[in-house]
Amino acid sequence: MRRRIAIGLALGLGGCAGRQSALDPASDQAVALHGLLGLMLAVCGIAYLLVLLFLGWALWRHRRRLDHAVELEPHDRVLQLGLGAWAGLMALGLVVLIGGSFLVDRTLARHDEAAADIRVTGHQWWWRLEYRDPAGGWIETANELHLPANRPTRIEIRSADVIHSFWIPNLSGKIDMIPGRTNHLTVTPRRLGWVRGQCAEFCGLQHARMALEVKVDTPEDFAAWLAGQARPAAAPSSPGAARGLSLIASGTCASCHRIRGAVGGGRAGPDLTHLASRRSLAAGTLPMSRGALGGWITQPQALKPGAEMPASGLAPDEALAIVSYLEGLR
Amino acid sequence: MSPRTERLARTWSDPPGLRGFLTTVDHKRIAARYIVVTMALLALDGLVAVDMRLQLAFPGLQRLHAQGFNEAFSLHGSGMMFLVSVPVMEAMAIWLVPLMLGQRNMAFPRLNAFSFWMYLGGVLMIWVPHIANVTPDLGWFEYAPLSGPAYSPGHRADVWAQMITFTEVAALAASVNTFVTIMRLRPPGMTLARMPLFLWAMLITSLMTIFALPAVMLVTSMLIADRLVATHFFDVAAGGDVILFQHLFWFFGHPEVYIIFIPALGFVAAIVETFCRRPTFGYVPIVLSLVAIGVLAFGLWVHHMFATGLPRLGNSLYTAASLVIAIPAGLQIFCYIATIWSGRPRFRTPLMWVVAFIVTFVIGGLSGLMTASAPLDLQLTDTYFVVAHLHYVLIGGALFPLFGAFVYWYPKATGRLMSEAWGKVSFWLIVGGFNLGFFPMHLLGLMGMPRRIYTYPPETGWGPLNIVATAGAAIAALGAAIFVANALLSLRRGAVAGADPWGGSTLEWSTASPPPPHNFDYTPLVKDRTPLWTGGQPQLDGLALDRRELLLTTPVEALPDYRQRSPGPSVWPLLTALAVGAMFVGSIFTPWALVLGALPVGAAVTGWFWPKRRES
Amino acid sequence: MSAERDAGVVGDLSHLPDTAIGPRNLIWWGTLGFMLIEGVAFLLAAGVYLYLRGQAGPWPPSSPPPDLAWGTAFTVLLLLSEIPNRWIDRRARAHDARAVRIGLVVMAVLGVALMVLRAFEFAHLNVRWDHDAYGSATWMLLFLHTVHVLTDLGDTIVLGACLFTRRIDPSHFADVDDNAGYWSFVVLSWLPIYALVYWGPRLL
Repeated sequence: MRRRIAIGLALGLGGCAGRQSALDPASDQAVALHGLLGLMLAVCGIAYLLVLLFLGWALWRHRRRLDHAVELEPHDRVLQLGLGAWAGLMALGLVVLIGGSFLVDRTLARHDEAAADIRVTGHQWWWRLEYRDPAGGWIETANELHLPANRPTRIEIRSADVIHSFWIPNLSGKIDMIPGRTNHLTVTPRRLGWVRGQCAEFCGLQHARMALEVKVDTPEDFAAWLAGQARPAAAPSSPGAARGLSLIASGTCASCHRIRGAVGGGRAGPDLTHLASRRSLAAGTLPMSRGALGGWITQPQALKPGAEMPASGLAPDEALAIVSYLEGLR
Repeated sequence: MSPRTERLARTWSDPPGLRGFLTTVDHKRIAARYIVVTMALLALDGLVAVDMRLQLAFPGLQRLHAQGFNEAFSLHGSGMMFLVSVPVMEAMAIWLVPLMLGQRNMAFPRLNAFSFWMYLGGVLMIWVPHIANVTPDLGWFEYAPLSGPAYSPGHRADVWAQMITFTEVAALAASVNTFVTIMRLRPPGMTLARMPLFLWAMLITSLMTIFALPAVMLVTSMLIADRLVATHFFDVAAGGDVILFQHLFWFFGHPEVYIIFIPALGFVAAIVETFCRRPTFGYVPIVLSLVAIGVLAFGLWVHHMFATGLPRLGNSLYTAASLVIAIPAGLQIFCYIATIWSGRPRFRTPLMWVVAFIVTFVIGGLSGLMTASAPLDLQLTDTYFVVAHLHYVLIGGALFPLFGAFVYWYPKATGRLMSEAWGKVSFWLIVGGFNLGFFPMHLLGLMGMPRRIYTYPPETGWGPLNIVATAGAAIAALGAAIFVANALLSLRRGAVAGADPWGGSTLEWSTASPPPPHNFDYTPLVKDRTPLWTGGQPQLDGLALDRRELLLTTPVEALPDYRQRSPGPSVWPLLTALAVGAMFVGSIFTPWALVLGALPVGAAVTGWFWPKRRES
Repeated sequence: MSAERDAGVVGDLSHLPDTAIGPRNLIWWGTLGFMLIEGVAFLLAAGVYLYLRGQAGPWPPSSPPPDLAWGTAFTVLLLLSEIPNRWIDRRARAHDARAVRIGLVVMAVLGVALMVLRAFEFAHLNVRWDHDAYGSATWMLLFLHTVHVLTDLGDTIVLGACLFTRRIDPSHFADVDDNAGYWSFVVLSWLPIYALVYWGPRLL
């Protein structure tokens, strides 16, 4: 009993409101699951209460017993009836739970046949995102998911290496990202603003640092943002930035990174075309800032040991130039 | 000591000193060494957990870095599941089953010894590499392809896989032994319908082990093959499938948790009977429930894979099955409470542990119902909610009854009683600390905290509950330390216990505490389920005094069938285990170890079975 | 120490026999336990093969099927070996020491011949274990069964060596009966594996 009150207090004290919480649902899907959770808590709470009452009665009944002789042929008729009643009650409770679960599953399945608008691919330890371009083709970015509110968005889920799990608690249950398999998820966000997702399947050394920033926009703002992402990279705005761009294009950076319209680049690492428009760096490990950028490109292993990005061996002035270029990639 | 007892004791004793230690086939000695090692590992793996809790107490701590933390949860989980929970239940069975049957040993005494040495091999297989810094670091179920050759070079994953091979051979050997002992070595008159509930629990558990463990042996061997000889079972590019790994692993993994839980239910049934002074209520429903759980457990494994994207209809069926298994479990809870309600309970520590079991395990069972729902599980799986659930069912459902069983049977094994006062202190610290430590984790999971993360940022708001969880863990650890101290000190300072300090109902209480090497002077004749309570204990004579003999009875009706010669102390189980162990360790490095290693194994097994005089 | 109970001794068991054969024999139950374990392993391995087939397009994906001749030859010889196997079992129950000794030699020779055929089978699977998942599953099925044949062959040889060097008593006859039962298991368990390895690529 005390535990139930404790949950209530914790929830009431704001333990539930949060940017990465299943207790603060911000989409149709998460609301349905939150409702199911409530149903479960109610049925399970009643069951637990009944168990505690019976146990409490059993303990209370004998609190002053002094005689401990063995009773070899107890009269168990009442208890047998009780057992039968309890079996029936459990069956009833389970029917309610099975039914509730099934109905919520049907709700979540409503858009199972729709075409995917977004493709997410899990990597060790970052997210590749591709948005369907209204003009045809796919627009690639990384580590930050934008969604239009009040519309179902179907997301295609894949993995490029090991098993990851795509989880944004405020918006949906999780779905695993499995190499060799394509999974899907539908999200219909209802609340504007930022929430946070995180990889939820142990995927190696830096599993703890694979987070996903998620922004829910009005459909108009989303379309505007997507149009911006579709544009090629901004030209360097200063001589320092121009030097930075040439260092990127001629150095090791280009072997893994692409900057559309500026650096042909490989696709092993995240697309950097609009890097500075993102809120965080290295899949939620660092906030987007000059200092973080500088630290990341010179010493990624110090900030996220084991990450696929090797130390760049750049001199401080080279790093500064690159940072001034990257800062302009909004 | 009567002349008869002396002759029997001499026939059934071990040679003295180291020779006896290495060659014993006495089930009591084998069980004792199993229990000592499993409890030492419980403590070690528990300290590893405290280490993790300290790292997670505050956001952004750098006490344990990523590699260290990943090794910690791998060592903790693998150790607790493979090296503690299952072996300790087997050990209790090895010790108790012959005693509860009025028997002198198990069906296959040398196989018993072999199983311990193989288990010890498993312990060394993970702890020696840990000391050498080759600790497995991918969790206790190391999914492919992360554990495959492409993403985990080196030998850490091989160490994990072979540790499992050692422990599974040990578990299978122990289970065949337990199964056959219960089916063929029951005393005359102990029909299946008169068998104590603990023996029903072990019968079902041993059968479940036989059917479940081959799956994990197969999947870990397939993983080693992928890593060592370039097979492609889990290699997507070559037609393999990574979900295959999960199907095989969880086909074992789900029954595994019931293999741990069902013996605990057997403890509860025994304790509740003795301490409430009446035969446990609901014998038939309990037996049927145990059988139902044993069977149903094999039909649930996909509920560990709800997030992998399998078809919805299949998921719904597994949801229904996973919810339905609550019924046999719930029926048993009713029966145990009903026994207390209608009995004359004495609240000594064993019964207190049963009450703690009910209060705690049911929470775990209910959180299990929540995870059983496929859609809701997508919010709960792989988060701290599941961490809470699994600890509530494993600690509340298996360890609490184990602690109660420990206190209950300690006087029979050692001849002394543990301290009631310190027992109560350790009880409250463990139960209180556990609930304080793990209840907040339900909330943390709902608040978005995934499993197996070595740190988290402060903005998540998970800090306060993590501090509470760490505090609870520390309190429980203190209680556990007091429990262990109580057990050790009571060996010398505990009150002397006679044969039957609690007034028990089953046959083990009819012999001395501790039992002589041969356990019983005569063969008991059983008339009902509570032989020691019905008074007048009829016995049968006729088994040899000067050579080791066991009485075999028929499987269902327990009619006397024939007298089987039973092997005495032998060095072959140890030699065979060494040969098999060398083969297993070698096969991490080269497949030729299987071929070369087979020769010493063949030689050792030949030595084992080569008949001396008329032994089997 | 146990005090003598007042209830006392009500019967005597010393008249009971001291050996048994077949399902009454304790060792038979141990063998049953191990057959259950191995049977489950075979079932799961078959499951792996079928699961991988279900995930694949053409089957085998890029190899010719195993040569039918060697596998069928092995199967025929294995089935024929049941004849002397059942014979030796009957002779063991009749306590016929001479027949049992002859039978063990026959079974050992058959076992060696089968292993020779098995070697040819491996050489003519027409796929390597490391070629693809189909190859790995095929080799796994054959490997598992081979281990069982080898184990029983080893048992037969050791049992033979034993029984040629001493007087045979009833417990030894029980061991021969037990070993014969295990051989029948080896024969029976081969049939579904043969079907999968040799006909799976042709029919599935």
